Amino acid sequence: MKPGKRLSQFIVFNLFGLISYLIVVILFIILGFIFIRGFSVISWSFLSAMPAEGMTGGGILPAIIGTGCLVVGSILFAFPVGVLSGIYMNEYLKENWFKKFIRMMTNNLAGIPSIVFGLFGMALFVNQLKFGDSILAGSLTLGLMVLPVIIRTTEESLKAVDTSLREGSYALGASKLYTIRRVVLPIAFPNIITGLILSVSRVSGETAPILFTVAAYFLPKLPSGIFDQVMALPYHLYVLTTSGTNIEESRPMAYGTALVLIVIVLIVNMIANAIRRSYRKKLKLR
Amino acid sequence: MKRRMRKILEKITEGILFSSSTVTSLAVLLIILFLFREGLGIFTSTSVDRNNVLAVHSLNPVNELTTQQIGGIFNRDILYWDEVGGTHDSIILFTINEIGNYYNEEELGTDFEFLPQKIDELISHQPNMIAYFPNLYLAGNFHGKVLPHNKIGISEFFAGKSWYPTSEPAAQFGILTLILGTLWVTLGAILIALPIGLVTAIYIGEVAHPRMRSFFKPLIELLAGIPSVVYGFFGLVIIVPMIQKTFNLAVGETALAGSIVLAIMALPVIITIAEDAIRTTPVSLREASLALGASHWQTIIRVILPYSRSGIIAAFILGIGRAIGETMAVLMVTGNAAMIPTTFLEPVRTIPATIAAELGEAPYGGTHFKALFALGIILFIITFAFNTMVEFIRPRKSK
Amino acid sequence: MPEYKVETQNFNLFYGDFQALKDINFHAEPNTITAFIGPSGCGKSTLLRVFNRMNDLIDGVKVTGKAFIDNMEVNDRSIRVDELRKQVGMVFQKPNPFPKSIFENVAFGLRVNGISDRHFIEERVVESIRKAALWDEVKDKLKKSAMELSGGQQQRLCIARTLAVEPSLILMDEPASALDPISTGKIEDLIFELKKSYTIIIVTHNMQQAGRVSDYTAFFYLGALIEWDKTIKIFTNPTNIQTQHYVTGKFG
Ligand SMILES: Nc1ncnc2c1ncn2[C@@H]1O[C@H](COP(=O)(O)OP(=O)(O)OP(=O)(O)O)[C@@H](O)[C@H]1O
Ligand SMILES: [Mg+2]
Repeated sequence: MKPGKRLSQFIVFNLFGLISYLIVVILFIILGFIFIRGFSVISWSFLSAMPAEGMTGGGILPAIIGTGCLVVGSILFAFPVGVLSGIYMNEYLKENWFKKFIRMMTNNLAGIPSIVFGLFGMALFVNQLKFGDSILAGSLTLGLMVLPVIIRTTEESLKAVDTSLREGSYALGASKLYTIRRVVLPIAFPNIITGLILSVSRVSGETAPILFTVAAYFLPKLPSGIFDQVMALPYHLYVLTTSGTNIEESRPMAYGTALVLIVIVLIVNMIANAIRRSYRKKLKLR
Repeated sequence: MKRRMRKILEKITEGILFSSSTVTSLAVLLIILFLFREGLGIFTSTSVDRNNVLAVHSLNPVNELTTQQIGGIFNRDILYWDEVGGTHDSIILFTINEIGNYYNEEELGTDFEFLPQKIDELISHQPNMIAYFPNLYLAGNFHGKVLPHNKIGISEFFAGKSWYPTSEPAAQFGILTLILGTLWVTLGAILIALPIGLVTAIYIGEVAHPRMRSFFKPLIELLAGIPSVVYGFFGLVIIVPMIQKTFNLAVGETALAGSIVLAIMALPVIITIAEDAIRTTPVSLREASLALGASHWQTIIRVILPYSRSGIIAAFILGIGRAIGETMAVLMVTGNAAMIPTTFLEPVRTIPATIAAELGEAPYGGTHFKALFALGIILFIITFAFNTMVEFIRPRKSK
Repeated sequence: MPEYKVETQNFNLFYGDFQALKDINFHAEPNTITAFIGPSGCGKSTLLRVFNRMNDLIDGVKVTGKAFIDNMEVNDRSIRVDELRKQVGMVFQKPNPFPKSIFENVAFGLRVNGISDRHFIEERVVESIRKAALWDEVKDKLKKSAMELSGGQQQRLCIARTLAVEPSLILMDEPASALDPISTGKIEDLIFELKKSYTIIIVTHNMQQAGRVSDYTAFFYLGALIEWDKTIKIFTNPTNIQTQHYVTGKFG
C-alpha cells in the first residue's frame, strides 16, 4: 500500500491542530490585549466615580449600576417565565404539533438579530406602552432576548433527570406537581442555574437592544426608579470608542470599560463551569 | 375538601405553566406585528415630505419628477430641464430660506403674511424655476404647477442605489447598497469562518485527545460569550490599523475588517454545532470503517463527514445567520459608507449597522423611521428563513 | 504456513483499573472455526478486538503479554494498524452498513486501500457478494441504499464487505444475534462455507450455533479462559464443572 496514506494523515491532522490552536491564540490575544491596556486604568475611583471631563476622566459608576439594573430587571422577567415554560415543555407537553411549534418559535426567537429586538422594544415598550426610554423597557427587551437560553437549559436539565426517579415518586402516590417540585426540580436546579448565569453574561454585554430602549449617552446620576434612563457598560464602550467628544483622550476609559465587561463575562463563565462540573460529579455519584 | 383544593391548585399551576410557554411564540408574533406595522408604512410614504411642496411654472412641460431626478436637480447634477423631459433651459433652484435674496422683510410682512403671495409671484415670473417650500406657504390661488408627491415604490426601495435618508427635498431610500454591503461583509466572513470552523470541529470532535477537548470547549464558549462591542473595540484598535498598514490604505475601516471580526464571532457557533453533529456519528460506523483497514482520516472523510452532513450544514447556516444580524461590531469597523462594494478594501454599510446608527436620529413615525423598520423586516425575514431551514435540516438528537 | 493463525501468550488487558482479560493463552490453526462462549461481560468481545487492535480506539486500555497473527506480534511498533486490519476482517453484532449504496459498501474497503481500477473493483464486489450468498437477492439493486435491505441481508452485506478486502482471519462478534432464525441459518451456512479459505473466530451466546458451526470452542468466565478444546469435547464431556454448567444451561 501507498505510504502516502499515513503521511497525508499526519500532515492533515497536524494542520488541523494548528488551526484549532490558532483560534485559542486569537482568544488569548483579545483577552490579553484588553487586560494589559485596561489594567492600569482600573482603580477604585474608576469604578466608583461619575464620568467627568467630557468622558475623558472620572469613572464609570453609572454605567456599572445601569448594567446591574438591566441584568436584574431582565432576569426578574425572563427567569421565572423561562423556567416555567421549560417545565411545561418537558414535563407536561407530549411530542405533538403544539410542542413542535413552540420549540420552533423558541429557536426562532433565539436567532433573531439583537438589533431587531431593539426595534421591537422601541416600538412596543417605549412607544406603544409608553414606558419611554427606561429601565423597564430595556429590561423587557433584553429579557425576551435571553428567554430562549433559559428555556433551553431548563428543558435540557429536566431531560437529564432519570425517569425512574419520577416513576418512583408517582409509585409512592405523589402528585405530578409534588413530584416536579420535590423530586425533579431539586436535581435539575443547579443546571438550570447555569442557564441563568449565562444569560447574565449575555445581558450585560448586549448593546443593540438597549440603544433605543434605555441607554443614555451621558447621564452622571444614578437611577431612582424603573422609568429612568441609565447608562450601560456596553453602550458606554461604544460611545467612548466611536462618538465621544474626544475619542483619543477617552481611549484609556474605553480600555477600562472593556476590561470590566470582559471580567464580568469571565467570572460568569467560570461560575457556570464550576456549577456544571460539580453537578456532573453529583450525577455520577448517584 | 382538601383534595379538591389541591386539584384546583394543580389546575392553576398548569395554567401558569402553559401561559409561560406561550411567551416566546407571542413574542415572535408581536415582533412580526410591530415590525410590519411600522415598516410597511414606507410604501405609502412619499420621498418628498408631505408637509412640503415642489412647484414649477404652470407652463413648464414637466409634470412629474422621480425621487432620483429631484435629488439630481437639487444636488446640481442635473442642470437643464431637458434632462428631465423639459425644455433646454437651465434649472433655477429655489428653497424657502433663499426668499431673502428676492424680497426684503417689508415686502414679506412682519408675520410673513405676504410670503405665499410672493412665492406665487416669484414662480410666475421665473418659468425655469423649481421651488421647494412648506405647504403652509402655498397660496390659495397659486398660479404655478404643484408636482405630485410620489409614493416610494417597491423597486425604488429595493433596487435604489442611493441611501440619503435625510436629504432634502427628496430623501432617497434605496437599500440596494445596504443589502449588498451586508451580503459582502457576510460573504467575507463565511469564506474565513467556514473552513476554519469545520477544520476545528473535526479536530476537536475526532482527532484531539478527550482531555484536549475539555480544554477547548470552555475556551470556545468563552469566545462566544465576549460581547460584540468588545469585538468591535478590538477590531477598531487592532484589526483596522493592521489592515490600513498592510494594504497601505487611507482608512482601515473596510469590509475586510468587518469580515474578520464577524468570522471570529461566528466561529464558536459553527464549531460547537458542527462538532456536536460529528460526534453523533454512530460508533459502529466508525468501527466498521476502521476494521476494513481505512485510516482515521479516510474514516473522517468517507464515513463521518457524510453521516453528519446535515448537522454541519445547519452549523454553517446558523453561523451565517449570526453574521448577517450582527450589529455593533460591524458598525464599529466597516466605515459605514453607503456604496456598492467592489473590493474588500473599501468601507461598506450593512443593514443592522444602518439601523443602529440612524434610528436614534430618525423622527418618530417619519419616513426615515419607517424605512429603518422596513430594514428590520428584511433582517427578520432573512434570519427567520435561515432558522426555519435549520429546523428542517438539522437531525433530531437521538437518545 | 505458520503453525498457528492466531495466538496469545499470557495476555492481560485492562480498562483503566479493571482487568478484563486475565492471562489468556490461546491459539487457532488456519482454516478452523473457533467459537468463544461465556456469560455476558466475560471478555469475549474484548479478546476478539485484540486481534485487529480495535481496542486502540478506547481510552485507557493497557495490555501486557503477547498476541500474534501469523507469528507477527500485533502490538509491535512496526505493525501498521490499517495493514493489520486489512488482514483481519470483522463482522459486528448489529449489522452496520454505511449509509451508501450496496455497491459502495462492498467497494469501500478496496477504495480506502488505494485501489481505483474500476474493472477490478467491480469484479471483486460481485465476487464478494456471491461469496456472501447475497448475489441473487441484490443483483438488480446494487445502486440502491444498503439501508433498504433487511437485517439479515445487511449482515451478509457486511460479511461481503469484509471478504472484499481478502482478509485471512475473520472475527465475528455475535453476527446472528440480531437476526431471525431463517437469516441465522443462512449466516451459519455461509460461515461453514467460508471455513475452506478463512480462519474464523466467532463469539456466540447460542450453544446450538457454537455446536453446529465450530471446530473448537473456548469458554470464558470473568476474564479468564476457563476451558478450550474440540467443540465436541466441550459439549459432551467438559473437564471443568463451570463449563459443564454453562453449556448445559445450569449456569447462574
Ligand atoms: N470501553 C470499556 N471501558 C471499560 N470497561 C469495559 C469497556 N468495554 C468492556 N468493558 C468491560 O470489560 C468486560 C468485558 O467486556 P466484553 O464486552 O468483552 O464482554 P463480552 O464477553 O463480550 O460480553 P457480551 O456477551 O455481553 O457481549 C465487561 O465487564 C465490561 O464491563
Ligand atoms: Mg460482546
